[in-house]
Amino acid sequence: MSGEKRGSKTRRSLEAIIADALNQLFKNLEDAEIELEGVEIEADELELEPIMQAIVSQIPKPVEVAKPAVKPLPERLLEAEFTPPVTEYPGSIVEVKIGATKSEGGTRSKTVVLGGETVPAFYTFEGLNPNPPVVSLDVFDTRIPLARAVRMEVKDVLDDPAEWAKKAVHKFGAEVVNLHLVSIDPLLKDTPPSEAAKTVENVLQAVDVPICVGGCGDPLKDLKVFEKVCEVAEGERILINSVTLDMDFKKVAEAVKRHGHAVIAFTSMSMDDARELNRKLYEVLPKEDIVIDTTTAALGYGLDYAFTIMERTRLAALMGDTELQHPISSGTTNAWAAREAWMKLDESKWGPRELRGPIWEVVTALTLLLAGVDYFMMMHPLAVKTVKQVIDRFTMGGVFDSEKYLNWVSSTF
Amino acid sequence: MAKSLSPLEVYNLLPKTNCGKCGEKNCLSFATRLVNLEVEVERCTPLVEEAQYKENYVKLKNLLKPPVKEVLIVRGDRVVRIGGEYVMYRHELTYRRPTAIAIDVSDDMSRELIAERVKQVEEFGYPYIGKQLKLDLIAVRSVTGDPARFSEVVKTVLDNTSLPLVLCSLDPEVLKAGLAEMSGDKPLLYAATKDNWRRMAELALAYDCPLVVSAPNDPTMLKSLVKTMLECGLEDLVLDPGTMGGEGLPDTLVNFTMIRKAVFRAGDELLGFPLLGAPIAVWLGGGRALDKKWEECYLAGMLIVRYADILIMHSLDGWVLLPLVMLRDNIYTDPRKPVSVEPGLYKIGQPDETSPVMFTTNFALTYYTVSSDIQSAKIDSYLLVVDTEGLSVESAVAGRKLTADRVAEALKESGVEKLVKHRYLIIPGRASRLSGEIEEATGWTVLVGPLDSSGIPKFLDEKWYKPKLWEGGAQPK
Repeated sequence: MSGEKRGSKTRRSLEAIIADALNQLFKNLEDAEIELEGVEIEADELELEPIMQAIVSQIPKPVEVAKPAVKPLPERLLEAEFTPPVTEYPGSIVEVKIGATKSEGGTRSKTVVLGGETVPAFYTFEGLNPNPPVVSLDVFDTRIPLARAVRMEVKDVLDDPAEWAKKAVHKFGAEVVNLHLVSIDPLLKDTPPSEAAKTVENVLQAVDVPICVGGCGDPLKDLKVFEKVCEVAEGERILINSVTLDMDFKKVAEAVKRHGHAVIAFTSMSMDDARELNRKLYEVLPKEDIVIDTTTAALGYGLDYAFTIMERTRLAALMGDTELQHPISSGTTNAWAAREAWMKLDESKWGPRELRGPIWEVVTALTLLLAGVDYFMMMHPLAVKTVKQVIDRFTMGGVFDSEKYLNWVSSTF
Repeated sequence: MAKSLSPLEVYNLLPKTNCGKCGEKNCLSFATRLVNLEVEVERCTPLVEEAQYKENYVKLKNLLKPPVKEVLIVRGDRVVRIGGEYVMYRHELTYRRPTAIAIDVSDDMSRELIAERVKQVEEFGYPYIGKQLKLDLIAVRSVTGDPARFSEVVKTVLDNTSLPLVLCSLDPEVLKAGLAEMSGDKPLLYAATKDNWRRMAELALAYDCPLVVSAPNDPTMLKSLVKTMLECGLEDLVLDPGTMGGEGLPDTLVNFTMIRKAVFRAGDELLGFPLLGAPIAVWLGGGRALDKKWEECYLAGMLIVRYADILIMHSLDGWVLLPLVMLRDNIYTDPRKPVSVEPGLYKIGQPDETSPVMFTTNFALTYYTVSSDIQSAKIDSYLLVVDTEGLSVESAVAGRKLTADRVAEALKESGVEKLVKHRYLIIPGRASRLSGEIEEATGWTVLVGPLDSSGIPKFLDEKWYKPKLWEGGAQPK
């Protein structure tokens, strides 16, 4: 390549000039804040290849490392030892129990325990965590925009939260029902607390699994509704979703405590905020009543942040950060906010959205499973099935068929 | 950085002339950027070119060597780099070389099918935050075991693509027949096992190619193979601890995790090589193709999160590959760089005093998506980017980072009220619950836009240009 270039001197120098300019541009781009206003680049208008070649030709060749002298190959395999690298973790995650059976003062026939980890997620070579992560399904108390693939599965129960909950448990395998009281939003239906509490009672009667009750995101209204819901559900140990830094968290915590429930502490992708909210809640609640949610973003739309905050939170907790030693909840349903999950794209290239949507939810969930999530709020039955299967496989253990594996090289598929 | 290098330590090996050829003000700031892995050492041209620095250059290369070796798979001008990692967790610094994805063709496929698959791999591309998400390699498998057939198929692949290759067979004679077609290139050879290692080593040495060592579910054997290969004089190794779905899934992920942890927490140099995952193995045994694709997808996703540096896959469906290339991009994004754009007023096209005013958040992905949707619809407009601390609309509303007051403040600061005659603000559909509060805080009339920015063109077509809000009696306040 370089020989050719030397042959046509003018061209090379022109390219070198462009390359220098580009290098300068790259450098500027790295140094400066990117200023986008008014910039329009049509990628196919640029002929990059010759320029890139010019750049490549300018990159100096690395030092040639002398080849070691040819020596005879060993006759047999050299032996080596492998010891799994085990860390002793000084911290552990508290166990938070959701739901209460008759003997415990409730009416559930099943309860779940979240958390209790002593090692990171699926580091089974370091130890076994006591409680498998739990998968719950979302149920809404009013019609909200749902992706087509999801709507198709629940269209017969959209107007009846109790029926929806039954379907979630019996047909889709929900271990917990997540009831979202969206309609209490003053900007939507502004359903009064008493009516919202009635919906909670209906759902509690319809299913025998634990339930989690969510608000609308309005700090004032959520407080009023949570207080009422905590009261009517006394003894059932429901999970309140959620308390935030900008609401009267002390009042929510007191209602949760008074009636024996548990709560999700929601913060927005900040470990500092998560610690602060927990510290404040500790003034009222024991650690065993608190689950944390550090925010879930969809695959392709900030999942990297969500993943890293969760992974860091869990590792910090195991390393002894006492303010983060809580089970983690994930609003995995947010995966459906990604347009690739629900939008019609060229089907010959990207497949039907009926597959793209649920697999988007699966990949989002499994990524966060590996970060340490204990409680998944999900939506599509197919995604729920897959995530539960993966969790089960880790719980049951299994055999890696090492004889079979290498057959992939020479098999017809 | 794994070895927690100090910039001073690096500085001492640089020329210390502050010549500026690397683009930095001085050698110390270049040293700092080297330690942060923001530049390659070769940017210091004197160090590389001048004999007096040769010794220091070698020392520096050694000092900056990643605990997971970087291995190059080469075809002509195209190079796929795998490994080269400095940390176990991305938050410790950043991951560097995104998991390479290879799609297979096998020598029992027809010439037409091979050409078609290869073309699909080449043409795969999805636009995302100003770049194209692509596939990286073709893996050629020998199913027939016939060297002549293999060389023929390798030739067909070479004729149809310039992508680098992985050559897969446990028979060195077959690989040799393929290699004969590729003089000068460095495909990845798959694989040396406890049974064929000696002949594979000879082959890799003769052709100077990177080599996979495979020991399914047996890290001890894997180390033993590595140790032996190093003794043979091979350096460019890739580790295959085995990949299995179904019942083998737990062991698969645990092996990948143990191996990477051994490198970064126990300093195990024998395992300091890129890891290869083969989600393609889920296709073994019977079953519906749809189920196989589904499993291959989520298994590959888990391996991208748990340290795989290269994956070999069979599915070519867009719905299988799209989540994976996006996940890979997310996981390998440098977590130190804020993924946000500068808040403020952005002009799209040539807006005038009758153009629509919309707002969105300063999460980079949100901004790029919205602005490209508006641009592609060729609508002259003002796009106000509100500072939500880099959160998307939905998260920002939920996390109270997007409030009516913030919108009002941003609107005022932008000065857009002097640029347009009307007082209509189009807000994202996902912020619709704030519409009343925004009207109150801004005094502007709110039009709730679509839930997704792909609906903006249709929305404007129906709600903006037709009513001509600013004309006649409908003059805004």
